[in-house]
Amino acid sequence: MEKRCLDAQFKGVSTGTTILAATFDGGVVIGSDSRASIGGEYVSSKTINKVIQVHDRIFCCMAGSLADAQAVLKTAKFHLSFHSVQMESSPQVIAAASVLKELCYKNKDELQAGFITAGWDRKKGPQIYVVSLGGMLIKQEVTIGGSGSTYIYGYVDAKYRPNMSREECLQFATNALALAMGRDNVSGGVAHLVVITESGAEHTVVPGDKLPKFHDE
Amino acid sequence: MSSIGTGYDLSASTFSPDGRVFQVEYAMKAVENSSTAIGIRCKDGVVFGVEKLVLSKLYEEGSNKRIFNIDRHVGMAVAGLLADARSLAEVARDEASNFRSNYGHDIPLKHLSERVAMYVHAYTLYSAVRPFGCSFILGSFDKDDGAQLYMVDPSGISYGYWGCAIGKAKQAAKTEIEKLQMKDMTCRELVKEVAKIIYIVHDEVKDKAFELELSWVGEVTNGRHELVPKDVREEAEKYAKDSLEEEDDSDEDNM
Repeated sequence: MEKRCLDAQFKGVSTGTTILAATFDGGVVIGSDSRASIGGEYVSSKTINKVIQVHDRIFCCMAGSLADAQAVLKTAKFHLSFHSVQMESSPQVIAAASVLKELCYKNKDELQAGFITAGWDRKKGPQIYVVSLGGMLIKQEVTIGGSGSTYIYGYVDAKYRPNMSREECLQFATNALALAMGRDNVSGGVAHLVVITESGAEHTVVPGDKLPKFHDE
Repeated sequence: MSSIGTGYDLSASTFSPDGRVFQVEYAMKAVENSSTAIGIRCKDGVVFGVEKLVLSKLYEEGSNKRIFNIDRHVGMAVAGLLADARSLAEVARDEASNFRSNYGHDIPLKHLSERVAMYVHAYTLYSAVRPFGCSFILGSFDKDDGAQLYMVDPSGISYGYWGCAIGKAKQAAKTEIEKLQMKDMTCRELVKEVAKIIYIVHDEVKDKAFELELSWVGEVTNGRHELVPKDVREEAEKYAKDSLEEEDDSDEDNM
């Protein structure tokens, strides 16, 4: 009992989480669950939104320590907004990801935060970048993260195809989140999904009872 | 339009009664003493040409460059005090490099020229430092935004251009540039015209030998700024010399 309490004190509120992003023909889907827990024992929020908008067509998902992730995102949002005013145009997705990467890398000793950045820009179209805990930045077509992701690697590897349609991709993302939330005890609640294309960003929330059900449910 | 600014021209932090900052104007005079540099933007790139006066018989060909590379996709041609120009090239390189480090992509030319212009402007505000005695032309090519050309002068102002000239023969060069239809030309055609303009504005009486430095950035170089290859340069110089001879011949006929 004491050991688990110590864990909670040390880790703070963390995202036991499932986050993902996938590219389709003409856009990206980015999504997450909505559970925040303390020490893996107590659900401190059932409806937290882990998909944060940093610019018109750029969204980020947080992983790791929620406090660190929120602080970094707030700073990044400010930098990006200033940057886009200076450039007199919308920022590129890689610019948003690089701002996050610089913050994570330069402060790696103090921070425990990772991100999935997804968005659309005029130059390169839909893109997804992953910034890991130490500040590594890589570009990917589809990516999953958080504690719940371990349970869906097989599903994602088997079911993801490049250049799906918007509906197929949305269904794929919803299924993946539902499967992860079904097996990971620190992921759950509702599924937040954002679809980003040239015409803008659409946020959908799928409540727990409307999520797809599988054979044993 | 020169006037003596007695008393009001000792430091950059003083205005004259008619609202001028003489130190900045004197800095621009320093640029006018230097040999000419031109930059022209066409539909698929930018070409720079510099008239490099050769002052010594011992001069090594290709040394003493007046065109610099600022990051892979940006070129900078300078006129004025060369030491000032070289230090500004370093400033531009730092800006471009920091931008890439922070934002992960090439710096847009407009932003780079504004940042360097802001730096140049800062040196026109205080009496403890003197303004930079050089102007420079920045050019780049990007497949989405196309070709771009900006000029920064010692006052710290930056403007976008289709063609511009700096240095002693800038007026004559501007006249020649205005005759061109650069929006319809390609880099290969423009290189020859740039060489021709430098040859035209070069004053054979006052200045003797000169070396022509040519560089370009555009579709032809895949967006990288490079010195023009030897064969292209030789072809351009030949075109320039031939055009001048034709004009000389036609002048003789008219007489």
